[in-house]
Amino acid sequence: MFGRGFKLSLGIFFTLFILFLYGPTISILVLSFQGPNGGLTFPMRGFSTFWFESLFDGVGVIDIWGAFGRSIRLGLVVMVLTVVLSLMAGMAFRKRFPLSGFLFYATISSLIVPSIVISLGVALEFRIIDDAVKAIGGDMNVQWVIDDFRTTMGLFSSGLGAQLTWTLPFGLLIMFAVFNRFDPSYEEAARDLGAGPWQTFREAVLPIIAPSLIGVALFGFTLSYDELARSSQAIGGLNTLPLELRGLTTTVTDPTIYALGTLTTAVSFLAISIFLILFTLLRRRTAKAPRPESSAP
Amino acid sequence: MFDVKKHSATILSLPFAVVIFTFFIVPLCLVVMVSFWDYNSYSIIPDFIFTNYQDIFYGCVKSLPDLCTSFATYFSSLKFVFITWLITLLTGFLVALFLSFCVSSLQMQIVLFLLCTIPFWTSNVIRMISWIPLLGRNGLVNSTMQNIGLTDAPAEWLLYSEFSVILAFVHLYTLFMVVPIFNSMMRIDRSLIEAAHDAGASSFQTLTNIIIPLSRPGIIIGSIFVITIVMGDFITIGVMGGQQIPSVGKIINVEMTYLQFPAAAANAVILIITTLMIIFAMTKLVDIRKEL
Repeated sequence: MFGRGFKLSLGIFFTLFILFLYGPTISILVLSFQGPNGGLTFPMRGFSTFWFESLFDGVGVIDIWGAFGRSIRLGLVVMVLTVVLSLMAGMAFRKRFPLSGFLFYATISSLIVPSIVISLGVALEFRIIDDAVKAIGGDMNVQWVIDDFRTTMGLFSSGLGAQLTWTLPFGLLIMFAVFNRFDPSYEEAARDLGAGPWQTFREAVLPIIAPSLIGVALFGFTLSYDELARSSQAIGGLNTLPLELRGLTTTVTDPTIYALGTLTTAVSFLAISIFLILFTLLRRRTAKAPRPESSAP
Repeated sequence: MFDVKKHSATILSLPFAVVIFTFFIVPLCLVVMVSFWDYNSYSIIPDFIFTNYQDIFYGCVKSLPDLCTSFATYFSSLKFVFITWLITLLTGFLVALFLSFCVSSLQMQIVLFLLCTIPFWTSNVIRMISWIPLLGRNGLVNSTMQNIGLTDAPAEWLLYSEFSVILAFVHLYTLFMVVPIFNSMMRIDRSLIEAAHDAGASSFQTLTNIIIPLSRPGIIIGSIFVITIVMGDFITIGVMGGQQIPSVGKIINVEMTYLQFPAAAANAVILIITTLMIIFAMTKLVDIRKEL
């Protein structure tokens, strides 16, 4: 429909856009293999794994590997919760239930309300809970509260909650897209054949939507693993990797930070590849499965 | 008796609803509530005062036409919003146009679409600092410009400037435009375009009379995303602006480190109201739920 010249220029524009997207990241991947005397910019002075070794020795006082472990663990928990909760909610939204409209708009708002506001709100919430625990514990003379209690804030309480406000909306939106295209006749067929609700779900619905759930998992893990703004005020005493990284941008002035960048990007890419491979495998299996009409004699 | 089957949808939605309620709705209400509280240097005190709001705009009207700190900060944020919106919209639209109308096989469309999406799943901080080797004083751009004799001294405005902030915004968030616009474009009935062609419309006429109007929902959803993200941002502005450029998020952040929660909350409320006004105007134009 468009002229050749127009298509060609759009193609060139697209190529430049991809170059713009990936170019900078590729440059730090290359620079992380900078020689020991090299600096933060080109040219490369030799080629070495010096900065990776320096990274493994630790970056100043910051416990990078601890932060790395925390990010991975939190990412996995967020991933599982995002998949399960979004799937359940996605199923629920196929019918009407009280306040469904409100829940939908609240979820969308959760995506668009500025992250710093949510981070502040969650921090406030846990601060008020802390104050309440201390007051009640003091009044009732609970010894461990008086002696040891510091805060309810932490990676798997406030941090987890703050991140879920970011991943759940994506999960729900994907589920909407999935169920909008879902053909309910498969469910009807299962029901007609005498399957109960659970069996219908497990044997008819789940296999069809499984690839999309992998997509939800991908969003859950990678968005949590790289999340910064919402966890920034709500993570408690121990930081995740992105938060440490942001701190390092102002203090580290050698290619160690590129080595760290290369490493976390490698983890992201590993995760993305695993999910994409799983997605393709599941899709292929679903596509191969006999269709109701073809199984008829 | 409580009928499980009848209420199955409610039960299924419950865990999701509890999380949204606990970590989104309650915190949001707390922010509004605490914005009316009092505070001293070590604690926050339940109260109902407007001092926190008055402090934000203290002297702002009197000093006009000079901008007070708050007005200047909002003005700076709005400027970033407008420029970023314009560039991401144009870029996102063209990328989506290419993907949906110039790539013929679905397989290829998926591959190229994924190519655009993958950076979204990697670290934003890394994507920001990856501009340093290119834009820094001794970076690739500066050394190239000096080598070919375009400039004598390294250009200082490339990094830690408004330019680099906008560049990073475009780099990070164009995807939020590409995805919804691409989604809208893929739903356009191809026979409409053929009909336009048969009726003698030029490419430009097809674009302005068919593609742009039918991509409007995607354009609006993408715009909402970009506008709200940029409006509330403090990390990109912080890192790419060399911690020198003010932002509302930064003010909230600093006030929190000094434990001035009520002041931070009042700023947050103003920020939400500003953002909501923009979104409200936009959601009036489209029903998000129908577009998925």
